[in-house]
Amino acid sequence: MVTIENLHKKFGKNIVLNGVDLSIKEGGIFAVLGPNGSGKTTLIKSVLGMVIPDKGTISVLQKNIKNSSAYRHKIDYLPQIANFPGNLKVKELITMIKDLRGKTTNDDALISLFKLDKFLDKKLGNLSGGTKQKVNLVLTFMFDSPLIILDEPTSGLDPISLIHLKDLIQAEKAKGKTILITSHIMSFVEEISDEIVFLLEGKIYFKGTIEQLKTMTNQSDFERAIATILTDNHA
Amino acid sequence: MLKILKYSFFDLMRSRWSYVYFAFYLLLGIVLLFLNNDLSKAVITLMNIIIVLVPLIGTIFGVMYYYNSKEFTELLLAQPLKRSSIFLGQYLGVSISLSMSLVLGLGIPFALYGLFNSSAIWDFSLLIITGGFLTFIFTALAFNIALSNENKIKGFGYAILVWLLLAIIYDGVFLMSLILFEDYPLDKLSLVGTMLNPIDLSRTLILLKLDISALLGYTGAVFKQFFGTSFGLIVSFSMLIIWVSLPVMRIVYKSKRKDF
Repeated sequence: MVTIENLHKKFGKNIVLNGVDLSIKEGGIFAVLGPNGSGKTTLIKSVLGMVIPDKGTISVLQKNIKNSSAYRHKIDYLPQIANFPGNLKVKELITMIKDLRGKTTNDDALISLFKLDKFLDKKLGNLSGGTKQKVNLVLTFMFDSPLIILDEPTSGLDPISLIHLKDLIQAEKAKGKTILITSHIMSFVEEISDEIVFLLEGKIYFKGTIEQLKTMTNQSDFERAIATILTDNHA
Repeated sequence: MLKILKYSFFDLMRSRWSYVYFAFYLLLGIVLLFLNNDLSKAVITLMNIIIVLVPLIGTIFGVMYYYNSKEFTELLLAQPLKRSSIFLGQYLGVSISLSMSLVLGLGIPFALYGLFNSSAIWDFSLLIITGGFLTFIFTALAFNIALSNENKIKGFGYAILVWLLLAIIYDGVFLMSLILFEDYPLDKLSLVGTMLNPIDLSRTLILLKLDISALLGYTGAVFKQFFGTSFGLIVSFSMLIIWVSLPVMRIVYKSKRKDF
């Protein structure tokens, strides 16, 4: 599904990705974890073509993504912070994205699922953080693409919406899609992901199931297993 | 690209600033016609204002739009769209809406005054065309500056500096060099010097069209000989087109290599 080979990226003097090799097979939920500044978002943005790597190749669906844009038809992306043009109405934004990406009929079901009906005529600049995130989710899930990338999907969501989100993710997985998630909420990751990728100092430190991680670190608890990696590497 | 152009254009059309800009030109046109009571004289006064103001507005608006639509741009970048179409669409959206404010704002009062039955129509058309060119040139320069500077304050600073350089400082240096080397034949040099700055070029084009080149003395005669011919006109317009295309090409080049 996604193959990354020897990916390097630095911003100024700050080396963010230092030779990442990663291959993600089709189907399943993959969580990308790592401490702040470990390069999770840079990695995801490289796959999306928003960050141009210094070195290395990325292939999505067996095609090199360099200088290409059409492959993004196969990706649904949820950005980390919902930064939308403030003077647009929610309805207009949804119409605009549909106009740019193609037709879909999923949006109405998602709008009622997240109870966004009464916000449709409001301007995006006037919405609360959580509501913006719901709009963000609608925009992401209304298309039917084989690869879904979610950057911190839980931020700002209330418990009910969080349950809806988990159901949505599971439903997409059941359709055989590949889902890539980054999150700092360990319980969410533990509950939802099939496999985790741990980034540390710009490299892949660990890739495997949560069980494998627990055995490797001799911890019975997932959160402590992650903490062990971090303390061992910073001691 | 056309879809982005459409959204940028309507986004700007709905913003207050387009109306302010439009209203300003409308008022300017009416006041000038009222005070001068003569179309040709109004065109001359207008030229002096347009030559300085249009580049300034293009620069400020271009930089402001780029920084303000950062979120919109990031949203678009994750969609299956080419980078060049995103940025060219936005650039054209800004330049076209600014040019429209200029053309409509000045066109309406002049048309109502009876422009179409007067001999000043060609002078006025030339004024509007060069105004349009200046908008496209300076918006493109502004986009270049904004693309190269993440820091808004720096971006605004450089943009104003570029405007100041081309609108005022260039003339000063040019004039000083003419005085310094007055013992040498300077007609060729001053011709080249004029061609290299889009603002000077526009001013010269309009002045010569207005048939007041006699005021410019010997150099004026040389200029008239060059710019007055169709060859000179073609060269000048090619120069303006180059001034638009080079920055636009750099927008495409730069946007392809930028991280977001």
